[in-house]
Amino acid sequence: MSTVICSECEAEMTLDASAEVGEIIVCPDCGVDLEIVALNPAKVELAPMEQEDWGE
Amino acid sequence: MQKRLKIGVLFSRVRVEEKWIFAAMEKRGIDYERLDDRTISFDLDNPSKWQTLDAVLERSISYNSGLYALRTLNAFGVPTVNTAMVAEICGDKLTTSVMLAKAGVSQPHNVVAFTPEAALEAIEAFGYPVVLKPVVGSWGRLLAKINDRDSAEAILEHKATLGSVQHSVFYIQEYIKKPGRDIRVILVGDRVLTAIYRKSEHWITNTARGGEGELCPITPEIEAISLAAAAAVGGGVLAIDLVEHPDKGLVVNEINHTMEFHTAQPTSGIDIADEIVSYTMDVALANSH
Repeated sequence: MSTVICSECEAEMTLDASAEVGEIIVCPDCGVDLEIVALNPAKVELAPMEQEDWGE
Repeated sequence: MQKRLKIGVLFSRVRVEEKWIFAAMEKRGIDYERLDDRTISFDLDNPSKWQTLDAVLERSISYNSGLYALRTLNAFGVPTVNTAMVAEICGDKLTTSVMLAKAGVSQPHNVVAFTPEAALEAIEAFGYPVVLKPVVGSWGRLLAKINDRDSAEAILEHKATLGSVQHSVFYIQEYIKKPGRDIRVILVGDRVLTAIYRKSEHWITNTARGGEGELCPITPEIEAISLAAAAAVGGGVLAIDLVEHPDKGLVVNEINHTMEFHTAQPTSGIDIADEIVSYTMDVALANSH
């Protein structure tokens, strides 16, 4: 299992076994959105802010 | 021996829907490529790389990225789900309304104006409350319920001053006293897969805004209006949002062409992701002959 460090608050969290690159996770400590950018080794970055044309 | 089809999946983020779609692709043993719309580029002089794909399933979060990618791919002769034409229609609420009106599909009363003055005049003619919506936007963002003239003047001025040029297209819709819910219908090709009620005490019932899902029986009326709406916008993989209008009955509120179904799939028990993959394979197959 991979652990990552929140880029905002440095909280440590464990990724699910099914985690994928491009997936967004929420930091359980500070609530910021993080994007998984790599899995081996696991790395997260702050997710891009929601844009006006985002949606379904 | 039949050629093995290759599918591209264009995406921005791996939401739960994309995870389900990738899983369905893998379960079916499909040869597919993940195309992150933030990293790809199209060389218009060299389309051959893209032409190796038999179909592309578009799942971009960004409407602009998705739309322009679809236009480019379609121009290269690559079939897409959905087509650029469908994205053009469904991604713009006014264009959707125009096509629904042309096809005679029941919808809320809508008016469009291009200046705050003309919009105010139209709103006054409507009577209050009315709803002002951005023509492009999703997840219930920037919808405004306007209860009186003071609010109308303030919101119109703010939109004209602070908004992008797109906010100067004033899309005005009657406020519908709906019964605390709307209906999301998931449609693939000519089949209505499922429908869910999206319930909320708030006038915006979008599940992205906290609305809750509950299975809705597919009545003949729901099926008929959904199929008519899909045909009006060009068909494909669509989510048709219906509202129960107190006078008009079912009306089509909007149509989404890259819908989320994180509520509809578990609520209905239907493998919507697999149905989308199956439809994409049909499109690829039809175009590979």
